[in-house]
Amino acid sequence: MKVTFPHMGNMYICVKALLEDMGVEVVVPPQTSKRTISLGTRNSPEFACLPMKVNIGNFIEAHELGADTIIMAGGVGPCRFGYYAQVQREILKDLGYDYKMVVLEPPEKHISELLGNIRYVTGNKSWFRVIKALRLAWYKARALDELEVWVHRLRPREYQKGEADRVYGQAIRDIDQAKSCREVLGAAAKAGQKFGEIQADWTKKCLKIGLVGEIFVVLEPFANLNVEKHLGELGVEVERSIYLSEWINEHLFMGLLRKVKSSKEARKSARPYINHTVGGHGQDTIGHTVLYKQEGFDGVVQLAPFTCMPEIVAQSVLPKVSRDYNIPTLSLVVDEHAGEAGVMTRLEAFVDLLTRKAEGKEGVNL
Amino acid sequence: MNCFLGVDVGSVSTNIILMDEETNVLESMYLRTQGKPIVTVQRGLQDLAGRLKPGWHIRAAGTTGSARHLTSVIMGADSVKNEITAHAVAATHLVPGAQTVLEIGGQDSKIIVLRNGVVADFAMNTVCAAGTGSFLDQQAARLNIPIEDFGPIALEAKSPVRIAGRCSVFAESDMIHKQQMGHNLSDILAGLCEALVRNYLNNVGKGKEILGPVVFQGGVAANVGIKKAFEEALEVEVQIPKHYDVMGAVGAALLAREAVAKGQPSKFKGFEAAQEDYRAGSFECGDCPNLCEVIEIAAGEKTIARWGDRCSKWANSVMAEESAV
Repeated sequence: MKVTFPHMGNMYICVKALLEDMGVEVVVPPQTSKRTISLGTRNSPEFACLPMKVNIGNFIEAHELGADTIIMAGGVGPCRFGYYAQVQREILKDLGYDYKMVVLEPPEKHISELLGNIRYVTGNKSWFRVIKALRLAWYKARALDELEVWVHRLRPREYQKGEADRVYGQAIRDIDQAKSCREVLGAAAKAGQKFGEIQADWTKKCLKIGLVGEIFVVLEPFANLNVEKHLGELGVEVERSIYLSEWINEHLFMGLLRKVKSSKEARKSARPYINHTVGGHGQDTIGHTVLYKQEGFDGVVQLAPFTCMPEIVAQSVLPKVSRDYNIPTLSLVVDEHAGEAGVMTRLEAFVDLLTRKAEGKEGVNL
Repeated sequence: MNCFLGVDVGSVSTNIILMDEETNVLESMYLRTQGKPIVTVQRGLQDLAGRLKPGWHIRAAGTTGSARHLTSVIMGADSVKNEITAHAVAATHLVPGAQTVLEIGGQDSKIIVLRNGVVADFAMNTVCAAGTGSFLDQQAARLNIPIEDFGPIALEAKSPVRIAGRCSVFAESDMIHKQQMGHNLSDILAGLCEALVRNYLNNVGKGKEILGPVVFQGGVAANVGIKKAFEEALEVEVQIPKHYDVMGAVGAALLAREAVAKGQPSKFKGFEAAQEDYRAGSFECGDCPNLCEVIEIAAGEKTIARWGDRCSKWANSVMAEESAV
């Protein structure tokens, strides 16, 4: 059995560590590229959202490398993603791929089915092995998140552009290669030291922008056309509403780790605008916008895949939140047709708006 | 006399203006880009050089529009800014106190909300270009009327017909249908204006607080039919500034003026740049599956700029050569 799974930002590092540590043979799909998206788009319904198309592309490319089993997340609630696994299985079958698909449904609804599926993939591993593997994946997730905090703070401040990204790229490879928790900590410490050596202007006061929106396009730089990097280069310090460790804690560990930042607070802050779940991260988008304002951020960028229902709900509520809380927001809708130039223009204009607002400057001093 | 040069290279038109220190527009040019931004800018600059009066001196230059980076590489610019900022700056300057800017150009439309002279919010069409200048152009051509007559004919309408305006292709089939049914031209054109305004307000203007004074600019502001449709839909008077069709360039010049306000020397290369032989080429990088199309600008034998690569290794390679020199 050779197991593969869809890409979502750096998630592959954690999932790979988890499975390999339990002795499962893993095929990581090649990094999402233009080819992935064209394969996915060609073989998906046009009106499905970008995550589904990228998943299909990942599965096809992993099959070329010999994968025969897919682990895919399921889901309940109004977001269409919950049904994608079933649709993807049918699409892959029609295309003639010989794939076994294991769908992990949320534990609160289907606990026995979930445990059965986990057993199917892992075989009869002892609980000790399972916990050890989970621990390694968790250490990696935390280490990766720390790297990203460094990069977000360094990009707008470094004197030599691109240095932080170089260190980041190397550190990701080191963490991916680490075989034990100790090695992970070692790699993280080494990266921290390298980051610390980068010459940067720490006295510079940067604009701060929070990134909110649908999890896949927020976490996957290829899908969001590198907004984090572009904003960093425009001199903005970015914070994401979703980090990998938080997502893993809530979805893999069922929120067992209490100290980790959770999305509960965000959902609470969405009141009175959205009082119950609208699927996906629609409610979180609103709540995080409110929280970012309270934390003193200058603006919020919302990312959504084209035709994403939960984010459309959030997008139509955002102007009111923006007015009530006096925080500018920009909504970016992305899919396989999105052009980087158009996204850049909007980001640049948004950053100009925030700069002039922060400086309290007239349209132009005349 | 010190002058400021503003160049706006958009998808459909290239606008060049020259402004004096009191921000009066001295010269203004509206050229068709026709997919050849380099040649168009060079032709425009040559033309402008011929119109310069003795003693006029270019103190600073600014570029905007979708080809702003390309243009700044060619002519040298002190300010390279996106078109949203440029339009906002120009509107607040020409119509003091403006609170809303409606801008419809060749392929994009935007709304800019200004409060106390500062951009408070903006939106730009994202997934659809229905209702922009290119579509009006195309429909005027199909109906065999010069685009200049579009607005005046629409004003003659007695009872505008309702046209489906969500998608420009369906708007066209609906228009043809209304023609076949026997509606007259002016009613159809007025209906089209109303449909476009409805589409604009529902998509671009969605959720925005539109307060007067409202400024309408961009090439489409020349169409009095659209202006009237906006006034009826918004129930406020819509103002069209004097230089409505070159507002991006006006904004670029104002921003250039701001960029050198502290006495910095200008990066403008001079009108000789218009003579030099620039070549734009592109190649597909095959180093990874992204297959980025890298664009290369060469002056004579020397590559002066590259962009288009996701990993920016090609873009950086030019910068590295530059810093080595």
